Amino acid sequence: MGDTDTRKSPKQRRDTDTMTETQGRLFGVGAEFSSASQVYAAAEKCRDHGFKRWDVHTPFPVHGMDDAMGLGPSRLSFFSLMGACTGVTVAFLLIFLTTADYKLPDWVPMWLHQNYPLIVNGKPFFAFEPSIPIFFELAILCTALFTIGALLAMNMLPRWNHPCFNWDRFAKVTDDKFFIVIEACDPKFSELETPDFLKSLGAGAVEMIHEDKE
Amino acid sequence: MAHGTAPLFEPHPDLHVVERAPLVLNGRSMGWITEHVSQIVEQRAKSWWWWAVMITGFVACLVPLALAYLVSTGVGVWGNNQPVSWAWDITNFVFWIGIGHAGTLISAILFLTRQKWRTSINRSAEAMTIFAVICAAIFPVFHVGRIWFAWFLFPIPNSNVIWQNFRSPLLWDVFAVSTYFTVSLLFWYVGLVPDLATIRDRATTKLRKVVYGALALGWRGSNRNWRHYEKAYLVLAGISTPLVLSVHSVVSFDFATSVIPGWHTTIFPPYFVAGAIFGGFAMVLTLLIPARALYGLHDLITDKHIDNMCKIVLLTGTIVGYAYMMELFIAWYSGNPFEQWVFFRNRIAAPGFSDQPAPYWWAYWSMIGCNVIAPQFFWFKFCRQHAVVVWIIVQFPNIGMWFERFVIIATSLHRDYVPSSWGYFTPTITDILLFVGTIGLFVFLFLLFVRFLPMITIFEVKAVLPEADPHHDHGGHGHAKEPQAAQGH
Repeated sequence: MGDTDTRKSPKQRRDTDTMTETQGRLFGVGAEFSSASQVYAAAEKCRDHGFKRWDVHTPFPVHGMDDAMGLGPSRLSFFSLMGACTGVTVAFLLIFLTTADYKLPDWVPMWLHQNYPLIVNGKPFFAFEPSIPIFFELAILCTALFTIGALLAMNMLPRWNHPCFNWDRFAKVTDDKFFIVIEACDPKFSELETPDFLKSLGAGAVEMIHEDKE
Repeated sequence: MAHGTAPLFEPHPDLHVVERAPLVLNGRSMGWITEHVSQIVEQRAKSWWWWAVMITGFVACLVPLALAYLVSTGVGVWGNNQPVSWAWDITNFVFWIGIGHAGTLISAILFLTRQKWRTSINRSAEAMTIFAVICAAIFPVFHVGRIWFAWFLFPIPNSNVIWQNFRSPLLWDVFAVSTYFTVSLLFWYVGLVPDLATIRDRATTKLRKVVYGALALGWRGSNRNWRHYEKAYLVLAGISTPLVLSVHSVVSFDFATSVIPGWHTTIFPPYFVAGAIFGGFAMVLTLLIPARALYGLHDLITDKHIDNMCKIVLLTGTIVGYAYMMELFIAWYSGNPFEQWVFFRNRIAAPGFSDQPAPYWWAYWSMIGCNVIAPQFFWFKFCRQHAVVVWIIVQFPNIGMWFERFVIIATSLHRDYVPSSWGYFTPTITDILLFVGTIGLFVFLFLLFVRFLPMITIFEVKAVLPEADPHHDHGGHGHAKEPQAAQGH
């Protein structure tokens, strides 16, 4: 990445990735498409071209776009499963440690000796049957929390800003326009060829996207 | 789920192909949907909205007033007595929590069963769920009496080292309802994020840009994000489905695990769940029919949506009717005189049919009329297709489902085993004002929701448009002539 401070005329700005007075480093090149089928076909071409650091931005999840981009299935549900296991474990420990009639060995820290078994209706102190609703509800709760935590972490959200938002046309991404953004750090990125490549895929508008000025 | 490149089979020319009604009418574009839904949030509120908010806000003030009176004086200001120690408070709790179930059914179960028509109603139904659970939670929390000890409900380490009784269904209820509220809220918020980004990107004022921008978490519609988002949504729908079934089952355990005649029955969990969905859909229709008319959303919430919801009301209402009949049958068939007494002497004995009429016969027969008879009108297409008729009919389940809970609670409690302890329950003014207050609070919160958040899931409705299919214009057939392509798979 050229980070030099040479001043260029506005015309030359498109052709270089240098710092300018108003814009920061070059982030990538963005292309606007007007339909889901166009962006789908273009994404397949980008995938076949071998780009790695690129993304498709759409107003809604386009069916089959993961394949068109060459992405595998999301592994997020692994964390959901971990959440469910955590929930059941927490529920078991909570109920057992607080209500069951047990004696912990002396080496266990005192704060864990929390049980004060109470006889209620002559029922056993601990049994699986009446514990199942608690197991279930805590499993659901932890699954939801883990799933949403994983969703935010895997998507690296929340974030206040993103270079894409510096492109004024990009505001339409939540309306009815579809975008492909190829990042400048992609090994196959070329300032001269990539915009033309995107234009050849039927993009309506192709522009360089810059990061915020530092 | 064929993706339109080639039809799976060519229908015979003489064969009449029934076209599925489109989910969005008049061929509206994506831009139109964005504009039409967002402008509700962006434009100045109409005068009816201000009037409605002021009136319901005033009514909602009854809740803090009634509760302040209750806390400062004691739960005796309610009409609860011995033997009717659960009365309107628990009736209202079960009523409100049941209302919420339709929202989760629409957002989770209809999602898993690939019912695409859910897309334009799920947001508002989920909002309704959250507001209903808020109204519901007020009652049991204040019913504990000494509210400053309500934290005893939660397993918090305390100096007494006395813990909750995990064998009690009342404690299961604490876990079920708090989990339900948390998961519903998270599910709702996850669904809102892409639409909050829409409002952010259209924002013209700095305040709106900052507030909606923060709430949208920096969402930028990236497909790498959508990939995880769709998986997360699927997981949340998958866990919400058993959750919603479990919540009302656990609520029914509060009754079913006791030994009170009329409560101690195994039919309670499915019967309660069906009733909850029934009452919830009635409330969804109650709120959405006026909202659709006031905001001109007929192209998004179409007559087909109303029709489908009416059919669910009919189905669940009939299940509820079956449960009522089955309860009576089991009471008779069990040969248990106490069980029989509750059903035949405490509930159904109307003055004309019995020389000893049941004190609450009017409640039982209001319930039957509202819940079993009224929804049967939805067998007629006429009744399902005229919004005004639908709105009038669904008021009966709204009332009837409240009566159902009242019948279950009051008629079982007021006359049980020992005649010397029989009693009667009459609500006090505090009971009435608090319940009216929660209705005001519910509508008030819903009005705030339609004003400040997109009430229709913009991105999901776009995704069911025919042009959202990436293979839509391949193969050279437009959707005008091809019904299969126009449905949005």
